[in-house]
Amino acid sequence: MNHSNDTLQRYVLAALAHVALIAAWYLFVKLGNVPKFVMPSPGDTLRAAFDGSYGWWTNIAVTGTEIYAGYFLALVAGVALALVFTWSRSLEAFFMPLLVSLNMIPKVALGPLFIVWFKYGILPNSMMAFSICVFPILLTTARGLREIEPELLDLVRSLKGSRWQLFTKIQLPGALPYILSGMKVGAILAVAGAIVGEFLGSDKGLGYLMLQVQVTLDTPAMFMAVIMITLLGMLLYGIVLLLERLLVVKDARVS
Amino acid sequence: MVQPFIHLSGVRKVYRRGREEHLAISDASFDVMPGELVSLVGPSGCGKSTLLKILAGLHGHDGGEVRIGTAEHPFDPARDVGMVFQAPLLLKWRRVLENVLLPAEILGLPAGESRERARALLALVGLTGYEDKYPYELSGGMQQRAAIARALVHDPKLVLMDEPFGALDALTREKMNLELLRIWKESGKTIVFVTHGISEAVFLGTRVVVLTAGPARMADNFEIELPRPRTLDMKTHERFGEYTRRVYRLLGME
Repeated sequence: MNHSNDTLQRYVLAALAHVALIAAWYLFVKLGNVPKFVMPSPGDTLRAAFDGSYGWWTNIAVTGTEIYAGYFLALVAGVALALVFTWSRSLEAFFMPLLVSLNMIPKVALGPLFIVWFKYGILPNSMMAFSICVFPILLTTARGLREIEPELLDLVRSLKGSRWQLFTKIQLPGALPYILSGMKVGAILAVAGAIVGEFLGSDKGLGYLMLQVQVTLDTPAMFMAVIMITLLGMLLYGIVLLLERLLVVKDARVS
Repeated sequence: MVQPFIHLSGVRKVYRRGREEHLAISDASFDVMPGELVSLVGPSGCGKSTLLKILAGLHGHDGGEVRIGTAEHPFDPARDVGMVFQAPLLLKWRRVLENVLLPAEILGLPAGESRERARALLALVGLTGYEDKYPYELSGGMQQRAAIARALVHDPKLVLMDEPFGALDALTREKMNLELLRIWKESGKTIVFVTHGISEAVFLGTRVVVLTAGPARMADNFEIELPRPRTLDMKTHERFGEYTRRVYRLLGME
């Protein structure tokens, strides 16, 4: 009873903080007489959302596809590579240092190249999202697969357990919290990757829309675009959190 | 005459790191009879954990003889070893019952029977009602009880314990000592118990093997003739004091 009250109180406080921010925003714009092109009021911003001429749904679909496709690809590739590395030490010794070096490349700098290679549109921007979030997922997964107590290894060995048993019963479930932790980091990065991709070159998407309306100082639409991008990111992050709740025991979660 | 279940004679183990050689064990010779609970006691670096790993078949040895099992009590190194460590090492994502079942799964034992056995063992270690809890919902002592049940689930002939109560607070430790004696008596297993607690070694053991560090060697091996079942007030007995003093003397602490 006390516990659920506590949870309820936390939700109420969280909601209050968000409402308070919007109220502060409203008061700042109204009392400060801030011009609309500098900062629109919450009402102006919301009105932009109902203006069909911006093509919100198309743009959301495009940006969403870029984020989610790039992210999903990064998840598959990152986890698969990490698995390969745990099975072959020599492959890991060969590729891991290289991947750490590649991770140092500012992925944003690859944008112009992606456009050369993949043309304009969804593909290069997905690749941008992919390249920016694949490393955190790969590195945390590899770390999770390595983190195994030596004595647990002894226990399995004393029973003459196979490499496969060690992997399925101990390593993989043990790595799951790490994989999800990498996925959380990746979720935030994927959104940034897709938007930067759109800034660099595209003809659709919320990032592209922001550049377009910037020319006419249509700040309410820019605000709305930022909010929608944020919501796309929150949805992805929420899905990962939900997966974590379903798959990982409370005590084992890695923050 | 009953044959010893474990027979060690002149066992030697050397670790090599580059050109340096480090003697981990030398001249370890002792026998363990079927159903005995032998304490291996000594300071850090005396090779007691190494000796345990040799018994578990995890390490080889560089000299001497290690023989486990007799015609009457055959020993299968793949499935007759149960292990308990200082940390419970329960798998966080498995409920207690599933944790206990791990060795049975690895050995591919029939699932239904193993579950029955796991339940019975959880009852034996006093964890009835905790089968479906996760490890984090259990105290340290309870987690270690589950680890003991796990070490017994595949019905091994030999249970190896490496400072299993070393991480517990003093009171829980005393309680777990009594529990272990009860579990040992009811299960009839041969147990080798590694500890650096001298009074724990004397209190639990039918026999105490004393190992010293620098140089690593076996210093003594003697039977503990205290009445059974052991009770905590025996720790105040004259004879208990004599045994512990003997160990202290061997370890150069008197």
